[in-house]
Order: sequence, then C-alpha cells, then structure tokens
Amino acid sequence: MAGNGDCELTASELRNFRRLAGIMLPACAEYGVPGADDAAIFADIMRSLGRDRKDVRKALAQLRALAGEDFDTLEASTAEAAATALLGRDGAEIMALGRAVLQCYYRDDRVVRSLGLEPRAPYPKGHVLEQGDWSLLDAVRGRPRMWRDVEGRGR
Amino acid sequence: MAGANTPRPTDDIVDVLIIGSGASGAAVAWGLVETRLKILCLEQGDWVKSSDFPTHGRDWEARRYSDFDISPNRRARDTDYPVNDDNSAMKVANFNGVGGGTILYTAHFPRMHPSDFHVRTLDGVADNWPIDYWTLEPYFAENDRMMGVAGLAGDPAYPAHEPTMPPVPLGRSGTRYARALNELGWHWWPSDISVATTDYDGRARCINLGHCTPGCAQGAKASVDITYWPRALRAGVELRSRCRVRQITTNEHGMASGAIYYDPSGMERFQPAEVVILAANGIGTPRLLLNSASSRFPSGLANSSGLVGKNLMLHPWPQVSGYVDEEMDGDRGPQTVMWSKEFYETDPSRGFVRGYTLQFGRGTGPVNEAITNLGTGRLPWGKNHHRAYRTLMYRRLLAGVACEDLPEEHNRVTLDPVLKDSHGIPAAKIDYTISENTRCMMEHGIARATEILTVARAKNIFASRTVLNSPGHLLGTARMGTDPERSVVNEWGRSHDVKNLFIVDGSIWVTSGGVNPTSTIQALALYIADSIKRRLATLFD
Repeated sequence: MAGNGDCELTASELRNFRRLAGIMLPACAEYGVPGADDAAIFADIMRSLGRDRKDVRKALAQLRALAGEDFDTLEASTAEAAATALLGRDGAEIMALGRAVLQCYYRDDRVVRSLGLEPRAPYPKGHVLEQGDWSLLDAVRGRPRMWRDVEGRGR
Repeated sequence: MAGANTPRPTDDIVDVLIIGSGASGAAVAWGLVETRLKILCLEQGDWVKSSDFPTHGRDWEARRYSDFDISPNRRARDTDYPVNDDNSAMKVANFNGVGGGTILYTAHFPRMHPSDFHVRTLDGVADNWPIDYWTLEPYFAENDRMMGVAGLAGDPAYPAHEPTMPPVPLGRSGTRYARALNELGWHWWPSDISVATTDYDGRARCINLGHCTPGCAQGAKASVDITYWPRALRAGVELRSRCRVRQITTNEHGMASGAIYYDPSGMERFQPAEVVILAANGIGTPRLLLNSASSRFPSGLANSSGLVGKNLMLHPWPQVSGYVDEEMDGDRGPQTVMWSKEFYETDPSRGFVRGYTLQFGRGTGPVNEAITNLGTGRLPWGKNHHRAYRTLMYRRLLAGVACEDLPEEHNRVTLDPVLKDSHGIPAAKIDYTISENTRCMMEHGIARATEILTVARAKNIFASRTVLNSPGHLLGTARMGTDPERSVVNEWGRSHDVKNLFIVDGSIWVTSGGVNPTSTIQALALYIADSIKRRLATLFD
C-alpha cells in the first residue's frame, strides 16, 4: 500500500513547488529559455515524479519548515533565501528534487534548441561521430610488452 | 502460490537446468547444445523488446533513473529482487531479464590479464586461480566471435588477440585523451568493446545513439538476448521467462534433484533435473545457495567450506571529470573509447599491490550532465545556472579508475532476516568495506587521472571517490579452487559438495582483476561447458 508520501501533492505543495522550480531554474532572456515554472515544463515535472515523488514531498516539507506554508506568496528575496537554504542541504530528498526538475527541464524543446541540439530521441537517426586522429597511436604501437605472467607461461 | 494443502505441480525432468539467462547462462547453454541434452533455462525476468529501450523516446535520459536504473532497489520492477546494501560502501547494480546484466552494461569488453590468475605467486596476496589465461584463451576467442567485439590488435598490454571488428572511433574526446597520454608517455589503446562497428552476424552497425548502458535500440550492442540466445533456442534449448527459482532441492544421495520455482502466474512448481547450473551472478547465486539450506546442508547448499557468500568483490570505481573549452563527443557515440594499462601491473613503489585500468569516456547527455553535477559545486541554482551549464554541456572529459579489490571474507552476501522479494523469498544483504590497499590504489588512480585531464587542459576537475552504484561487477562469492576447504567449486566449475551442481557466473572468481568482467565470465562459462562435455561419461565421479 502506498505510504502517505506516495500520494498526489496537495494544492499548497504544488504552488510552493512551482515557485521553487522557478527559483531553481529561472527564465533567461539571454539564452531565450523559459523557467522551470513554465506551465508546460512544470506539468511535465509533475507527470514524471514517479519514484521521486516521496522524496520530493519530503523536500517540500523541509521547505515548509524553513519558509512556512505560504512560500509561494513570499516576497522574492525572502523566497530566494529560503530556497537557497533548502538547496544547500545534503540528502536524498534534495537530490530527488533536483533530479525531478532537471530531467524535465533539459528535455523541453525550447531549452534543447537553445543548446543548439535537435529536440528528438536518439533513435533512429543516431549521430555522426568523427574518427579522430589515429596517427596518435603510432607513439604506443612500438612499446615493448607490458603484461606479466608466471615463469614459463605466455607466448 | 501453492498453499499448504495444494499439491505442487511437477514438470517433466530435464537433463540440464540453468538458473539465470545472463552473460554466463546464455554462454553455457549454447556451449552445451551439441550434447543434444534436454536443456532448460529459468529466468526470473522478461524478454526486453528493442522498442522498450529508452533511446526511442524523448525521456531517454530520465529512464536511466527509473525503469532502466542500474539499481534493482530503485528500478523495482516486479521481476527484480531487492538487495539490502545499507552496510556497503558500494551499491549493487544488476538487471533481471533475458540477457541479465548484458542488457544494462556499457559493453566495455576487456579480458582479464595473464597476471590476474597468479596474484599469490606474482604479488604474494590472495590466491592463485586454479586455471590461467591460456586455459581460457580459446574461449575468449570463441566468445569474441559470438558477441562481436570491436577493437584493434597489437595492444602491448595484452597477449596477441584479434578483435572481430574495427574499433569505435576515437572521436574528439579520444583524440584529446590520446594527445595528453602521449605527452605523458603513458600507454593507451582503443578499448575492446562489444559493439558492432560493422554489420555483424545479423546485427546492424552502431549509429551512435550514445546511450549504450540502458540498452541499445539499434541492436549494435552485444547483449546475449540477441547473440547467444537466438542460436541456443534454435538448437532446442528451452527458456522460460518470469520464472523465479526459490530453492535448489537435493535427494537422499545429496545430489541436486531440481528446483522449486514460481511460474509467471505465481504458481509454485517443481522442476526436476539431472544437472543444475547456477548462472545467477555473484549475489543471486549465493542467495539461492543459502536459501537452499536443508537438514543435510544446514549452512546452505554447497557450503561445507563456509565460503558461500564470502569474498565479495565489487570493483571500486572512482571517477575524475573535468571540462575543456571546446565541444567533445558528449553522448554522440559509444560511451567508452579507450583504456590505459599504464598502472595495471604491480609496482611496489606505489604503496599498494595489484593495479587498475584507466577507462576514458566521451561524456554524457543534457539531462545527465546537469544531474550528475548536483553536489559537485559546478552548477549553481538560480540566475547563474544557465551560463554555468553552457560551460559544461558537451565539454566533459571523464576518466574512470577500475580498481582491483582483493578477496576478504568479511565482504560478504548473507540472507537478510527481514527483507524479502515479491514471492516472499529472503533477500540478499551485503556487507562490504573498501580495504586500505584498495584505498591507496584509488587515490593513486585519482591522482593519475587528474594529471591526464590537466595535461588535456581540462579545468574544473572533480574526483568522485564514492560512486553511488557499483559498476555491477558482482564477483567472488562461490570461488573456484582445488581445495574443498578453501573453495566452493572445483577448477571446472563443479561444486565440491554436490557433484551435479555447477556454477558458471562471476561468483566463482578467485580475484577480481581490474577490468570489466563480462568477457572473462563468458569465457569461463564456455570453458565449463566444454569441461562438462568432455567428461559426460564420468561427470559425477
């Protein structure tokens, strides 16, 4: 049976998480990218919590302890200070929170294009990989045998 | 499940029952087909379809943290079994399915070195193997043909051998490493990798999907579900998936009589067999032997030596990464490109015995680049994140230090008193600490890897000493040897105690070497199959 942490996020948790995501990865005009609180990205984050749901809820509980129930309505500097305090902590919950946000942010079409990449799955097109400079191996080819064996063995 | 009053169905007897369909189970099955014995393999996992692999979808990187995670505890498919690794410096990695760990391996395919079989004689530590490199040499070659191995002949760090296909490209990353290693005057060579660089034996060549570990959608990576198993099945071997073995049974003569297992519907059944072969990896095999304790074998099956589960070796594997000022290959090619054996053989002046392989990677994808930098201090949250990220993406160099850990009896697999799998079978618990010799080796390797990356003009260098998950090399827990008091199986894989019980997986390793084990595990399985064939008339003597 699912423990309480496996349940859907409450309305308050959702609001706080979205505000937190926007502080973690804010929109950036210089690179033309949305923030992680963007509607499409945040919806993807929520859909994809999966195995991290319980730990993300624990992280949000820590945030609530730091900043109160209404983190989403705090003024910017207070909210950022609380977020920084939370994200500076160690632990599986904070790792899960980061993973949950990053895995969706860096597959968003707009973000992927801003990196100069095609927004597509690797298969079936794959990629081109250049051969590189095989002449560099000439320096190694002439080296004497390096491997050891017991006396009388080896060829 | 069969209740107390429900008769347990009994299947038709088979000549050979193989438990586990991974690297070794597939090889031993194929190795025995010419005997025309009736061979059955029971596998607790599913067949994995090519279309299931993550690189088909836009969530390909995220799935390595979910249903294709290397940890069975996080992956937690219904076909997985949990492992209590709370008291271990390294976490367990595996995959349960047809193909076993070869579904989720990087396909790095080095052989053990000749010295690895003689560590007592050469370096005065641990024990020698009862066989040597030359015993396995023909089986290495046969396995290379079956799996298809890309590489280049002529490596001075190895006895001569001929990979079956050209090496994977050096690419930008390999070229950068090679220049640095040449500047230092240190050995390097393109890795042997079980990835098809040309069309090979019905498999299409690699198209650089870039994520070999969580399964190859192209089928270029040699997992045994597409190499050995199709041939073994065509030759008449039967493979039943989603069948989890609970216990190996014995008869009044102390011989293995078969196995009790749960079929896909959860029904408990008995499969009688003349010969039982365990191929369930270095954790699954001791778990099953310990779960097969009986009044005749009170400390577990085949355990008169007391060594079942002991001497667990996991290959500590620190990683050093750094970033350069131009694009590298990233996730646009097979992940491993080359190795250095400069520090593989023992040099007493280094302050430790034995050695390690340096293994060089290309980089990773956009999501993983960000996630793996959580906690490294390289990637801040907030408004500075985006600029920092763009100095990392596709600019990573990565050197892994594949350390040989020596066998120590306190590193072990036991049965967890509480934790059970979905069928109620007691789970494995592992206790593992890293020895002082290995710690010295790790630090030496980290320092040399840092030196290489520095010469390669990488900056922002960071060493990860404790890698959360082990590389999934599960070795040593039912070691081979000629002395029944100091080993579990003999020099050709047969249990000292139960003469129709064989073990062919990484459990039987005496020492671990400093290389990825799949090539040697499979060569051993082929060798044991050949040993069985040559002794069929006197197999149980």
